[in-house]
This record gives sequence, structure tokens and C-alpha cells, in this order.
Amino acid sequence: MFPNLKNPVFTDADDLNEIARQLRRDVINMLLLSKSGHSGGPLGLADIFAALYFNKLSLLPEDPLNNERDFVFLSIGHVAPIWYATLSRRGFFPTEELKTLRKVNGRLQGHPAPLKTHGLPGVEIASGALGQGLSIAVGAALGLRLSGKPNHVYCICGDGELGEGQIWEAAMTADHHKTDNLTVIIDRNHCQIDNRTEKVLKLEPLADKWSAFGFEVFEMDGHNMKEILETLDKVKKVKGKPTAIIAHTKMGRGVSFMEDDYKWHGVPPNDEQGKIALSELAPTKYGDFVDYYGGK
Amino acid sequence: MNLIKKFENYLVENLDLAKPELKETRRGFGDALVALGKSNPDVVVLGGDVSGSVRTDMFRDAFPDRFFSVGIAEQDMMGTAAGLALTGKIPFASTYGEFATGRPFDQIRQSIAYSEMNVKICASHCGFTVGPDGATHQSLEDVGIMRILPHMNVITPCDYNQTYRAIIECSKVDAPFYIRFYRDNSPNYTNPDAPFKFGKADTLYDGTDCTIIASGLMVWESMMALEPLAKDGISVRLINMHTIKPLDKEAVLKAAKDTGCIVTCEDHQKIGGLGGAVAEVLAQEYPTPVEFIGASDTFGESGKATELYEKYGISSHFIAEAVKRAISRKK
Repeated sequence: MFPNLKNPVFTDADDLNEIARQLRRDVINMLLLSKSGHSGGPLGLADIFAALYFNKLSLLPEDPLNNERDFVFLSIGHVAPIWYATLSRRGFFPTEELKTLRKVNGRLQGHPAPLKTHGLPGVEIASGALGQGLSIAVGAALGLRLSGKPNHVYCICGDGELGEGQIWEAAMTADHHKTDNLTVIIDRNHCQIDNRTEKVLKLEPLADKWSAFGFEVFEMDGHNMKEILETLDKVKKVKGKPTAIIAHTKMGRGVSFMEDDYKWHGVPPNDEQGKIALSELAPTKYGDFVDYYGGK
Repeated sequence: MNLIKKFENYLVENLDLAKPELKETRRGFGDALVALGKSNPDVVVLGGDVSGSVRTDMFRDAFPDRFFSVGIAEQDMMGTAAGLALTGKIPFASTYGEFATGRPFDQIRQSIAYSEMNVKICASHCGFTVGPDGATHQSLEDVGIMRILPHMNVITPCDYNQTYRAIIECSKVDAPFYIRFYRDNSPNYTNPDAPFKFGKADTLYDGTDCTIIASGLMVWESMMALEPLAKDGISVRLINMHTIKPLDKEAVLKAAKDTGCIVTCEDHQKIGGLGGAVAEVLAQEYPTPVEFIGASDTFGESGKATELYEKYGISSHFIAEAVKRAISRKK
């Protein structure tokens, strides 16, 4: 369907924005079918996932464990729907399978399941219990460097997740070992399940924290495709230290009544809300994997 | 009549029960790592600040580019190990038993066991034998914690030689492992040439009246009980259950059928460990009287290892008494 490995599928921001919109529609449709799952985070990350998988990453969907692949670790496993939608649209598995989110005997578990047990192409290790992804990413970065490989490692973390102490242990390890083949992308949407992040546990000054932990820190508007692409280029030029991107995003981006509202962290839309959401996210040339409302 | 029937192949030749060679099991781990370092370039080691204590310092000095220090951060160590495994490395992550299991349980559960990562978690300083350090450092729950995890394999070698062989063997199996060993010098008595058969118990002595199933340092402790029992006319089979998971069910059931009763012995809580594993098999498949030697739902305290073995009821004379109790319960 698309060209492979190191060739970007799209270089034009408009094309990437269109696929991002389709990913958002996919997320809504998946959640309507599963009637369970997280809406806010997946919608907020759609632009970054589109930029990574349709422009930046070295990957081969038909050979997901290819030696030249870049590694992606989703430390916030609960945003799995956006990952599944992206992998599917990128050709890792048929979009038909998106109908099986959270269903028994399925590969699209509520939180990403390991390759060895569930065999979903593109997902290599489990996530869900928060705070674990960055350590895994550091380990992969060390392993790749030891083998003399140029592959880059990306770890996607939430902002609320940064309350987990293991994240900062891993940050120290990344700094100590100067893993410049590692980039952590922090989904800074200011929302977590209980409330705004600063009300649950103060995070600011966040950039200073990562900087003090030895990272070269970049900030970007996580919904501005040009800025995302530019920042993802910049991190790969940094030598001798790991990089952190603070991606300023809005939870629920693209659906007006979900935007920037922490209450949408962990719930799916109901039928009425889903209809409004899909009306706000204009259809794309790719088409939906399901006609949930049957044309009604 | 000689009631003690030894199987020669498992034990060193001319073993002097009164004066065995003493050697650290942790040293067996460290020596095996160096051997693996030479033979397999994919073997890497993670250090959690206690590399001198757990004997990974020898690997660190021999292969500095394959040794990754992560500091005092066991949760991060387990995740980093999982990441290394994803790139084809064979990581050995080592620290003291409590900090290798209790502290990073969630990381082991999700990133190693559930994800089936080829990570070897190697725990030194287990059981009561860290004595003077006291309860916080006496890992008495680790086998239970690891045994309940699906996909996890649990090994508890009994001496230096077996620890060495177990480490070499587990490096050949692409699966998560937990390997438990100890700090102090302890008798080194197994035959270094005997193959370590993962998942297959070693029957060291044969007998007819009762079977002792022991693990780790308690195998030697159990051997010390054989002669006093023989003097009382009791013939005992002794099994070294070095693999707690997957458990050698066949050996357990055969012992139950042949000798009619079982005593389990471990330097660990009775709950959840070897005793629990053996009882689970017997309760389902061949109900048999079982007596348990181990910590009785209690934490330890400071003291010499020998004093603690006495106070907490796991030294050889307690084992002998348990054998008699087990025999008396036979119908």
C-alpha cells in the first residue's frame, strides 16, 4: 500500500494531517464498537503517531522485526487505540481487525500485549502498568549501540505518568550511558484520570527537570505537523546525550466536547457522542473500517 | 544393613560429610558469567551497585563494554534488561534476593514474565543465611513471588558447582529465569561433571520409608539428617529439587508412591515456596502426608545463620523429626 523502510510515506504536512484525521476517526469507531477504553489520550496523540509512522520511522510492515527498524515503546499502554489504528493503517495488519479492540481471543488487548503471546505485528512488549517504558527503551538503546546499529529508539510517555519513580531512574540511566539514540516524547496534555496534572501532582518546571536529568530538551506544538516533523529531525542530530520532546497537546483533540477535559481520559463515547465526534472529524479519502451507524 | 543408599553420579567422589569443601554459591554465579562472557558475545550483565557482593565484578572487569551499571534502581534494572533482551542480548540482572523480586515485582511481571523476555534474574544473599543483616535483607518470599508468575522459571541450586552449571544451562534457554543463591560459604559437594537437567530433579539418595524433597542449602542440611535417621532404622530418599518451576511432578509422584510420605525443606517461607509447589501436585494427583520445613509465616532477625536455623526450626535435627512425624501419619 505504501513505500517502505526508510522512505517517508508522506512528506507533505497536509497529507499527514489527513491520515491523522483518519486515525482519529478510527479511534472513535474502535471505541464505539468496544464500548470501553480511553478516548482522550489517543485523540491527542494522533498527529505525533502520523508523523512518526508515515514520515520519520524506519520500518517494514510486512517484516516488523526487520533489523533496520526503529523501536517504539508506548509507555502509556492505555492509549493503545491510536497505536493500533496507526499500525493498521500503515499496513502491519488489516483494518478489519480494528473491530476486535478489547474483545476476547483478540490481539488488540485493552493494553498492548506482548508479541510472543499475542503476536500483533508492531507491538514487541507489554505496557499498561505505568512508568516502565523508558527503562525498556534505554535497554534497547544500549543493546543497539553495543551491536553498532544506527536504529533510533522512541519512547512515548504521558505527563501524569511522570509521577512514577521508575521514569526518573531510567532518565538517570539514559544520562549516565549517554544514549543519544534515544528520544522520549512526553504527551504534555495536562490531564490525568483524577484531574489536571498540576492539581494531582505538580510537574512544572518540567523542561528544567528533564534538562537537569541530562537530556537535551525540545518543546513542540503536538498538533502542528510542521513543528512535529522539524523537532523529530532535530532530536536525531543531538550527539552525546539523550533527547526529550515535550509535546504540548490537548487531550481529546479534534472533538470539541472532549478537548482539554480530563474527564475524557478513560471513557469511550456513547452512540450520541460518537455521532457528533465523527461529524466534527470530516471523512477522508481512506474511508472508515466500519460504518457504525449504518448510514443513519 | 546400610540404610543410606547414595547415587554416586550426583556427588563428588570421596565426599567427606564431616569436612566438605566450602565455597560460595554466588561465586559459582560469578565464575559462570565470566565463562559465558568468553563463549557468548550476546551475554550482558546489569549492575545494581552491589556487583562486588553478587560477584558480577569479575565479568565487569573482564568485559566492561558489556556491563551496564544502573545504580541502586532495581525497577529500572529489570526494564533495562527487558529492553536489552529485545535487541537479542542475553541480560543477567543481579542483586540481593529481596531487591531482585519484591521491589521490582511489577516490572518483572509486565516487562519480563508476561512479555516472555529472555532475562535472567539472579538473586544472591537469599534466605536466613545473611544472618546478622536481619529481616529486611533475609529474602524468604522470593521463590513464592517468582513461582506464581506465568512463564517464569525458578531455579535454586544447592552449591557452587550446581550454581555454575545452572547459570550456563539457563543461558541456553530463551525464556525468563529466576535463579536463587546465597552469600556465605557452603558445602560444595555435587559432581561438577553431572549434567544440570533443567526441570529434572536429582535423586541423591534412595530410601523406602520417606522422601525428603529439598532445595538450595537445605539439601546439605537434609543430608546431615540421613545418618541419625538410619540409626533409628529409617531409610530416606533425598531429592534435590533444584528446579522449583517447572516442577518435576514425576519425581514427586514417584516419591509419594514409593515411600508414602514427604518432607519438604527450604530456606524460605513454607507458604508459596517448594513446600507449596509439592503439596499442590500431591493434593491434586496423589494425596500423601507432607511435613514442611521452612519459615513458619514469620520474618527473621539478626543472628548467625546457624543460630537462625535453630531458632526458626530448619536445621537437620528438625528435618529428622519431621521425617518421623510424616512416617507416623502414613496409613
